[in-house]
Amino acid sequence: MELIQVLVAGIAQGCVYGLIALGFVLIYKATEQVNFAQGDIMMLGMFAAFTLIAIAGFPWWLGALIGIAITGLFGFCLDAAVLRRIIGQPQFAVIILTIAVGFIFRSVAGGVWGADPVSFDTPYGGMVITIDENETGRTVLDVAELAIILGTVVLVGALYAFFRFTRIGVAMQASSQNQLAAYYMGIPVKYVISLIWGISAAVSCIAGILLAPKIATFDPDVGFLAITAFAAAVIGGFGSLPGAVLGGLIIGITEQLAQAYLPGEYARSIAPVSGFIIMLVVLLIRPDGLFAQIQRKKV
Amino acid sequence: MRFVFKTGYDQDVRFFKHAGYWQSYGFLFIAAVTAPLYLGNFEISELTQAISFAIAGLGLMLLVGFTGQVSLGHAAFFGIGAYAQAWLLATFDIAFLVAMPIAAVFTGLIGLLLAIPLLRMTGIYLAIGTLALSIVLEQILKSWKSVTGGFDGKAVEPASLLGYQFNPDSWDFYYVALAILILVLALCANLLRSPTGRAMVAVRDSEVSARSMGVNIARTKITAFGISTAITGLGGALFAHKLQYLAPDGFNLIISITFLLMIVVGGLGSLQGAILGALVVILLPQAITIMKDYLPPSIGHQPGLEPGIFGLILVAFILFEPMGIYGRWRKIKLFFDIFPVYRKATFRRQKAYLKTERMR
Repeated sequence: MELIQVLVAGIAQGCVYGLIALGFVLIYKATEQVNFAQGDIMMLGMFAAFTLIAIAGFPWWLGALIGIAITGLFGFCLDAAVLRRIIGQPQFAVIILTIAVGFIFRSVAGGVWGADPVSFDTPYGGMVITIDENETGRTVLDVAELAIILGTVVLVGALYAFFRFTRIGVAMQASSQNQLAAYYMGIPVKYVISLIWGISAAVSCIAGILLAPKIATFDPDVGFLAITAFAAAVIGGFGSLPGAVLGGLIIGITEQLAQAYLPGEYARSIAPVSGFIIMLVVLLIRPDGLFAQIQRKKV
Repeated sequence: MRFVFKTGYDQDVRFFKHAGYWQSYGFLFIAAVTAPLYLGNFEISELTQAISFAIAGLGLMLLVGFTGQVSLGHAAFFGIGAYAQAWLLATFDIAFLVAMPIAAVFTGLIGLLLAIPLLRMTGIYLAIGTLALSIVLEQILKSWKSVTGGFDGKAVEPASLLGYQFNPDSWDFYYVALAILILVLALCANLLRSPTGRAMVAVRDSEVSARSMGVNIARTKITAFGISTAITGLGGALFAHKLQYLAPDGFNLIISITFLLMIVVGGLGSLQGAILGALVVILLPQAITIMKDYLPPSIGHQPGLEPGIFGLILVAFILFEPMGIYGRWRKIKLFFDIFPVYRKATFRRQKAYLKTERMR
């Protein structure tokens, strides 16, 4: 029964990684840019929700919705104002640029909201479901973790439907497959790419809002979580949306298992980096990830 | 404008193309050697630190600026160099000048071993792979208590040679650092005009054309990674003496990014850039401290101001001057060289629109 508890915690953690990784992969598929500021965008989204809910006093659902919308708009503007200027420069220029942008976000958040941990109330925060009770103790599931899993399933389904069935979603697929051809077909590629940045930012904001009741408090450094999400995206093969979620799940479950079942000394030192160890192993076996979409470069 | 006539075959590979270089670098050398005469102990100490960063930056420059492979994990190799130096001095009875090259070679060997799997990845995979490596290595530094001292840190034995003890904050250690920097610079410059160095540049510019010219891509990349990590390790070994006390969080991701910032701000693809960048990175916190007095307290005293300003500077350089300080300097020089006829287009970069890695 303890195993179930550990597994649910792992799946929930993995879903958060998966959602952040989804944000990377969306942007990567569309523009071949890697957004190292994804975690910091998530952090900004969490603080936007915090401001609306805990400070301005909005109800949770309304605050969360507005927060997600604001973060999405922010992502759109970030691409339109900054990232678009760098198209055509070498790939590492984007890497360095987004790292720097992340630094700025963290610094600004530290200035506006301070470095102390904050939290906002969630209707289900702190609730647990007891699934097994006997004389040795009881096994409980955190509702926040179940909410993360449910939220991820709904969001992934919604995204799938969006890309599959809506006009703009298909336009996005087209422009990520071949920008020039999409442009000839009359798709406003620049606008579509900015829109993808917006969606990606909104997805990471949702990840952050789902995560908030699980970790109880957060501070501007919460964005470092995204570094682990990178590993998730890489395991999945960076160009694959299902791969990103799967990679997140693999890492989340491994981390929790390592935490729970390795002997004390090792648990502390190995669990936090177990995701990266798996990633390095996957990269050694399949240098392009499990669901590779990137092939050798042609001339 | 200066005309340089070719009168010999080795003219193309000379360090200094004409007498003007001898003059300007000669003055720079004299300025560096006489620095303790007109700078205080604090400035000299900062300069020594800048030199150890510059050496690490030179290592990273070889990899990023000349071979075109991004590494987000060089702080780990910096750390390996530093810890190796501390461990060597604590375990064996050898002079620090002997331990340094051993630490560098050891770091380089680890780099070589890691390069073989890592360099199968390209582009972002490599960046993220090195990033993961850096995080794992930091964790190892924290956990492997018997060698690294774990969270408690590890003291570095003071640098001494034939009974003379160097003071890491004073002019004597500055000269040691300067000598090592000049040696490393000579080594890098020499490497870059050798077949290996030219192969590295060819790999950076186009792997496909390099391969078609008979360059062994994998070997070139791995060699570059090994040399790069060895030099960075040497910088770390020097830094260990400067720090005197090593702690694992001194070699984290932030330092890796600081190194990248250094070479981007200094100017990618030039050895001078690494040194200029190191000076910027060391001088910037001082400048920020001075600036704080003039800013309103609400902005000046907020935590995390420094990384934010670092970030702003990086963004500004990437967007407006991708060739860095050294690139700007070359533009200014060219402007005066050919005074009335300078055109903006001279240095315009050719844009490669969506250089795709996907095969469609």
